[in-house]
Amino acid sequence: MSEQIDDLIKSHYAAGFVTDIESDTLPPGLNEDVIRFISAKKNEPEWMLEWRLKAYHAWLEMVEPHWAHVSYPDIDFNAMSYFSAPKRDEDRPQSLDEVDPKLRETYDKLGIPLHEQEMLAGVAVDAVFDSVSVGTTFRKKLYEAGVIFCSISEALQDYPELVRQHLGTVVPQKDNYYAALNSAVFSDGSFVYIPKGVKCPMELSTYFRINEAKTGQFERTLIVADEGSEVSYLEGCTAPMRDENQLHAAVVELVALDNAKIKYSTVQNWYPGDEEGKGGIYNFVTKRGLAHTNAHISWTQVETGSAITMKYPSCILKGDNSIGEFYSVALSSNFQQADTGTKMIHLGKNTRSTIISKGIAAGHGSNTYRGLVRMNPGATGARNYTRCDSLLIGDQCGAHTFPYIESKNPTAIIEHEASTSTVSDEQLFLCLQRGISEEKAVSMIVNGFCKEVFRELPMEFAVEAGKLLEVSLEGAVG
Amino acid sequence: MLSIKNLHATVEGEEILRGINLEIGPGEVHAIMGPNGSGKSTLGHVLTGREGYEVTAGEVTFMGQDLLALAPEERALAGLLLAFQYPVEIPGVSNMEFLKTAVDGIRKYRKLEALDSVSFMKLAREVCKRVDLDQNFLKRGVNEGFSGGEKKRNELMQMMLLEPHLAILDETDSGLDIDALQVVAAGINSMRDGKRSFVMITHYQRLLNFIEPDHVHVLGGGRIVRSGDKSLALELEDKGYGWLESEAV
Ligand SMILES: Nc1ncnc2c1ncn2[C@@H]1O[C@H](COP(=O)(O)OP(=O)(O)O)[C@@H](O)[C@H]1O
Ligand SMILES: [Mg+2]
Repeated sequence: MSEQIDDLIKSHYAAGFVTDIESDTLPPGLNEDVIRFISAKKNEPEWMLEWRLKAYHAWLEMVEPHWAHVSYPDIDFNAMSYFSAPKRDEDRPQSLDEVDPKLRETYDKLGIPLHEQEMLAGVAVDAVFDSVSVGTTFRKKLYEAGVIFCSISEALQDYPELVRQHLGTVVPQKDNYYAALNSAVFSDGSFVYIPKGVKCPMELSTYFRINEAKTGQFERTLIVADEGSEVSYLEGCTAPMRDENQLHAAVVELVALDNAKIKYSTVQNWYPGDEEGKGGIYNFVTKRGLAHTNAHISWTQVETGSAITMKYPSCILKGDNSIGEFYSVALSSNFQQADTGTKMIHLGKNTRSTIISKGIAAGHGSNTYRGLVRMNPGATGARNYTRCDSLLIGDQCGAHTFPYIESKNPTAIIEHEASTSTVSDEQLFLCLQRGISEEKAVSMIVNGFCKEVFRELPMEFAVEAGKLLEVSLEGAVG
Repeated sequence: MLSIKNLHATVEGEEILRGINLEIGPGEVHAIMGPNGSGKSTLGHVLTGREGYEVTAGEVTFMGQDLLALAPEERALAGLLLAFQYPVEIPGVSNMEFLKTAVDGIRKYRKLEALDSVSFMKLAREVCKRVDLDQNFLKRGVNEGFSGGEKKRNELMQMMLLEPHLAILDETDSGLDIDALQVVAAGINSMRDGKRSFVMITHYQRLLNFIEPDHVHVLGGGRIVRSGDKSLALELEDKGYGWLESEAV
């Protein structure tokens, strides 16, 4: 059996293995007791429990959104489990050496051997395995720079006031259906604080992974860049292959105070389901950043996985002269559906935003760009530039673009460009005739198509992103 | 080198090649002429295995191998190159990357050591010079926004880098001014080494003034209706194709 799985993994989803760790999983179902259990398990302050309960009650009143260009059967929120921690969360590992070897093996397979991370060039990893954050490297070095980088559970113990001050200020509990659910049950996630004027000395990075069957993952990330500070944050995601669908409903909040800069990159490779569209992750994530005066927030995402993706990393450009950017590559192959894009909300004067979206559809995939650019009355002299390019591989797939523009300030300038292209037989034949295989040719063309976005990723992730696209497109052609 | 026997092929159910016989020896240069629509490009596509072209009868042997049994990329790796009449653009993929990928593949197939980026760069620049293209063309997308003549020279550059055993040049001389024609002719001549063979599909005698063919064939109605030496090309220039077509029926 495991050999079979191994074979499958090799040829298809390279990250689809299951680690056998006894975990402390809550039985399926959602009610107040579940939330109290989670909060107690994490030894949270009372205000946090109340915050969660408020979100839960709001969620009960809300209905699941169905406006996106995706379709899937109704989700039974009582059929999934809301907490799953690797054993021994009472005595969490104090150093990486204490981490369960099985767990370490998992990371090895993912290509992030933690004990080597410290030697690797400047990447700190806060790895969220299912719900609880297991090991954080480099924390000491970061601490010396005054940077706080830890799991949000730890932050609630060690820096509760800092968390309390910012949590929910960018994505309020009632923001939307999935954000409300996340606010009620979030299990863990990362917390980053960069003090005034500090340029974070290294890339910060988190790997998320859904391991337990029938669990949802609801991590919560909060990044606060104080005045004049700078940070680049990377998030990578994988999940094992399973027949049933799994829900991932994360919330990421970015706060960039005056003159601060936050760059947030995601390489998302959740399991997309099989060739027939069975299984896979539902990735319904709320990501939003709040930019104060002269602040700069940049989202870069490479989305290759998930059965269904609905996510719109957004920027609220509140402060004058603030800048928002969104660079995205979204690939849907086989039966994947992606409805993704961004929202740029211009509130301040001379605010600028740039949106570069590259959508790739192959097989029976469906790829939708949905973006909103809003110029509020105060956004004098604001500008937006949007470009949405779609690439179609084969004739069974589809690409859709829904750009929404709302301008309430006559001095604001909004530019929008869009293109759709296909990988033609002629192009493929030119490659074949030069001895280049079809798969190599497609990956070369796709990589060329995505170049502008990959350029925004840190070097090692750009390479990984290219490889991911290659793997994800295997068998999608012809 | 290449032996074609009674080759029949259809495109979308219509028979375009109706019994081609052709023998090409090592080091030989064959010119194929013929009116528009006579099947010249089709022959090139059929030999290189383009999808949509169905071989209904006949045999083709290339360097001792059954060519028709090979996949298109295998034919290319085996040393068969087609310089396209209408080279396609691949926006976003840099010419340099495209060429490097192709050269890496062929060197691997030939069990030659891989070229590092620096040596490849050097080689590519030299070849650029030989076909009189500015080095900027290496950075641009494959054929992206190239003029007709630039595309043809880019095809030639690919031939020079890939060093095929047999090159089929489909109207590589069309649309070139006299200076460009001389550059292209010189490029092709520089590739002649007594072993490499060429099939030059052309409408014009003028290319043949620069590259002397060993044989000239005229294609008409999907068959070779006349073969001869260099003088046949001159005769065609003089009389057009009409007298041959009436003979062919
Ligand atoms: N892809 C195709 N689909 C339909 N007909 C084609 C196709 N390619 C070639 N043909 C037809 O085959 C015949 C020969 O074309 P071609 O080989 O391009 O001629 P030449 O190169 O000699 O001008 C023409 O009648 C042309 O219309
Ligand atoms: Mg032709």
